[in-house]
Amino acid sequence: MSIDVRIPTILRPFTKDQKAVTASGATLNAVISDLDAQYPGIGDRLLENGALRRFINIYVNDEDVRFLGSLDAPIKDGDSVTILPAVAGG
Amino acid sequence: MSLTISRAFVDAIIEQSRAEYPDECCGVILGPVGKDSPERLKPMINAAHSPTFYEFDPKDLLALYREVDDNDEEIVVIYHSHTETEAFPSRTDIAYAGEPGAHYVLVSSRKEIAPAIEFRSYRIIEGVVTEEEVSITD
Repeated sequence: MSIDVRIPTILRPFTKDQKAVTASGATLNAVISDLDAQYPGIGDRLLENGALRRFINIYVNDEDVRFLGSLDAPIKDGDSVTILPAVAGG
Repeated sequence: MSLTISRAFVDAIIEQSRAEYPDECCGVILGPVGKDSPERLKPMINAAHSPTFYEFDPKDLLALYREVDDNDEEIVVIYHSHTETEAFPSRTDIAYAGEPGAHYVLVSSRKEIAPAIEFRSYRIIEGVVTEEEVSITD
C-alpha cells in the first residue's frame, strides 16, 4: 500500500527537503503515524493533543479531511494526501 | 532582506483593503520559482469575513497551491490588511505564518490614517518577525 504525501516547504526540514514522500496506512491517523516513524518529529507538527492542528490543512485527493472524518478519514492505495499550512491570521 | 514591488500592486492592495473595509482583505502575489519576484497579483476571498481575522478558504488554498505548482511559480508575497491597528504582524499572524520563504505584507486600512499609506513587509520564520525594506518601482 503506497500513499503519495505532498509536504509543504515548512515541513521539508523533516523530510530532507523532499516535496513528496510515500507512506502507508488505512486511515489518516495511520498515515501520520507512519510518516512520523519515517521522519521523526513531523507528527508533532501535524497533531496537537491527538487532533489535527488548527493551522494545518490536510486533503485526501481534493477533499479537505475535515469533511472526511479528520484523523479517521479512510485512505486507500493510490490516494494522494496533501498537507498545506493554512494561510490565515488576525 | 527587502521586497521590491511595483506601484501598481501596492495601489491595488491598498484599494482592495479599502473596498473590503471593515473586513480584512487578503491575497498573494505569485512569481517564477526561485526569482523572489512578485509578478502576478491574486486577490483571495477572506473566508472569515471578519474585521479581526482572515483565512483563505481551504478549497481555494488547495487550488492556489495546485495552480502555483502547475505554473512553476511560488508564493512570493502573502498580504492582508489590518482594519483598526497598525501594519505590524499580530500574535495570530505569527502563530499561523507557514511560508518561511514568503514576504508577509501588511497594510493598514484604519480610518484615521487614510489616505496615508501604511504598507510594510516582514519575514516571519519560526515565530521571529523581521521587518524588511520595501522598494516600490514605477
